[in-house]
Amino acid sequence: MGYEIKLDIFEGPLDLLLYLIRKNEIDIYNIPMAVITEQYLQHLEVLKSLNLDLAGEYLVMASTLIHVKSRMLLPVEADADENGEEDPRADLVRQLLEYQAFKEAALTLDRRLLLGRDVFKREAWPELEKSGEEEEDLVELNVFELVAAFQRMTANLRKEDVMEIETEKMSLSDMIHEIMERLGEKKDVSFTDLLGESPTRKRVIYTLLALLELMKIRLIRAFQAGPFGPIRIFPAVEEWNGRPQGDH
Amino acid sequence: MEDLRAIIETLLFASDTPLGVDRIRDILGEAERTEIAQVIADLKREHDERKGGFQLCEVASGYQFRTRPDLALWIKKMRGLKPSMLSPAALETLAVIAYRQPVVKADIDRVRGVDVSGTLKGLLEKKLVRMLGRKDVPGKPIVYGTSKKFLEVFNLKDLSELPTLRELKELQE
Repeated sequence: MGYEIKLDIFEGPLDLLLYLIRKNEIDIYNIPMAVITEQYLQHLEVLKSLNLDLAGEYLVMASTLIHVKSRMLLPVEADADENGEEDPRADLVRQLLEYQAFKEAALTLDRRLLLGRDVFKREAWPELEKSGEEEEDLVELNVFELVAAFQRMTANLRKEDVMEIETEKMSLSDMIHEIMERLGEKKDVSFTDLLGESPTRKRVIYTLLALLELMKIRLIRAFQAGPFGPIRIFPAVEEWNGRPQGDH
Repeated sequence: MEDLRAIIETLLFASDTPLGVDRIRDILGEAERTEIAQVIADLKREHDERKGGFQLCEVASGYQFRTRPDLALWIKKMRGLKPSMLSPAALETLAVIAYRQPVVKADIDRVRGVDVSGTLKGLLEKKLVRMLGRKDVPGKPIVYGTSKKFLEVFNLKDLSELPTLRELKELQE
């Protein structure tokens, strides 16, 4: 190959094309399709040989280039209406110019005085914890937040616990029964309560799996009062018999 | 009224987000808009002349105390952390949204020539972009736009302060 190939990560096929156009000092309104298509394909080969995951968009662009190139080869009919026949490259050029404009706009944005990089405001103060548990503002959690809480729990586990060889037999259905039983006794239970005093990693995992399963089949609902607050589990259908609502 | 000056300064100092004239008037209860604007202009000039560590800046339709850009190095030293900046892909996506809003994802994909799902999600998480609603076309795609935080982070008074897109005018002919 007569020229070196740049392996910067391009932001996409349009970015790669713009790079090739700039590198070859080509007039964007008069792109030599053969040259550009060939160089584009060579870049794709290199990217492929490096086992880089080649996004489908690059291949779509390759086929567009080849298509335009082949249309350029077709003879223009002499008697064709001059205004009716658009240059086969017109769409591509429009796309490139549009992309280039936004690429420049992105750089212009980046040159501004950015908050948190060039200028700073006063640090936000931490909100004081609200007093009184009864006033907790409960937010319904989704599965991702539950998993995040799980990650915090496992991060807090003591190292020794992780190293212990566990002999306790545990099964998912046992855990599900246990959770439902405890929810039957009390009207709600917190994630930490379910884990017990010094939870093993295995117990944390089983508890989480059981909770996820129960959330999926909509037997329970999980709530959290603010970020990092305790996660409280409620039965989805309130069906404890004989117990008054406000009972603790 | 010297008192008003102190009150407005204290509000601007304590607020976490930029305060607009209307918001300040809501808090004060009385006082004319023009009066508040005058006090803010005075405060701004006062802080500029003082050449201290911070300035009063007009941003996101409000006012906020910010550090001087030429002193950024010291704050970075204090924090010890590199600020998390936006990737070129995120900036491009943000630029398309900023200039084309309200815009659906398919249009951003088309302009950038790639699938922007990942970068769009990141921008939504950073709250620089927000969902404006759904477009009334088949599939009811979500319409995106920039947030107030975008103006705050990019130091813009409002969207009209965005520089015009080069080349794009001739394209639209």
